[in-house]
Amino acid sequence: MAKIIVITSGKGGVGKTTTSAAIAAGLAKRGFKTAVVDFDIGLRNLDLIMGCERRVVYDFINVIRGEANLKQALIKDKRIDNLFILPASQTRDKDALTKEGVDQVLQELQTEFDYIICDSPAGIERGAHLAMYFADVAIVVTNPEVSSVRDSDRMLGLLASKSRRAEQGLEPIKEHLLLTRYSLTRVQKGEMLGVDDILEILAIPLLGVIPESQAVLRASNAGVPITLLDELTDAGQAYLDSVARLLGEDIPHRFVKPEKKGFLSRLFKSREETIA
Amino acid sequence: MSIMDYIFRQRSKSTANIAKERLQIIVSHERSTRNGPDYLPMLREELIKVIAKYVDIDQDQVKVELERSGNCSILELNITLPDLVTTE
Repeated sequence: MAKIIVITSGKGGVGKTTTSAAIAAGLAKRGFKTAVVDFDIGLRNLDLIMGCERRVVYDFINVIRGEANLKQALIKDKRIDNLFILPASQTRDKDALTKEGVDQVLQELQTEFDYIICDSPAGIERGAHLAMYFADVAIVVTNPEVSSVRDSDRMLGLLASKSRRAEQGLEPIKEHLLLTRYSLTRVQKGEMLGVDDILEILAIPLLGVIPESQAVLRASNAGVPITLLDELTDAGQAYLDSVARLLGEDIPHRFVKPEKKGFLSRLFKSREETIA
Repeated sequence: MSIMDYIFRQRSKSTANIAKERLQIIVSHERSTRNGPDYLPMLREELIKVIAKYVDIDQDQVKVELERSGNCSILELNITLPDLVTTE
């Protein structure tokens, strides 16, 4: 039975689709048969990030409505085995996505795949709700920035109360925090919330910290998930580490601590703590 | 306060610290009004009953809040008792 993983955040523009593509490709790279599903009905973009936008014939809504079967709608990735994309529809009909329809498609996917990655739209409307409703695992993508952290907390509340697992009294969704666009330099300057600050506020386990990286834009320009780029980038490596942790491996976090701490910064730090 | 203290104080109020403080306040507030555990209203009612056995209290004067900080929760109970002279 496949594991259903939702990539969610509440806030838009924090890197959900980038993360969905990177994690899905990372899992496929590790040999797991993986499907990545775009839940952003009306604003499909996962196809573009995955580089298969010109191969979309049928979509998620076509399958729900019975206008195509799942095999026709799934796009097989050309670069790597075991990776499939189910694109969102560009329809403006918001009611096209139904709970029963999503349930049916996910159940069919579960018989074929090891992992199903649900790329949630921003917000807390129907698409976002259905993307997380059937999930076993949630990856909450958060930027080190106030509005993103607040929205992530809101999302955690919804995961704990409005999901199938919550409603049926099953074991709760396993939550993971993925911190993206992290800049250690800015954290050290006191200009950005640090990983410990955010963990203290959100209080869920840390899956990974993705450093702010120019490679993310290069990857999306080319339509290649960052974990499939030929060059090994810092962000790509951080995503691959996160995939390994998702699979239960114990890997130390990179990009969260400075290489070496100078005497001066240590002095300032201790002073800060005593004053606070 | 020495000049050094002044400099260090300025440093301690980094924008990241301000962000953290603001977030802690708003997030804990939103949590308390949002999805407290299901038993919270019942707990409140029973607490009122128990206290009412001994003191004549106004229901609105009992505040029960659950706050989560780090990996522990704090149950905050705030009861305003009426003037003891009138009840005795």
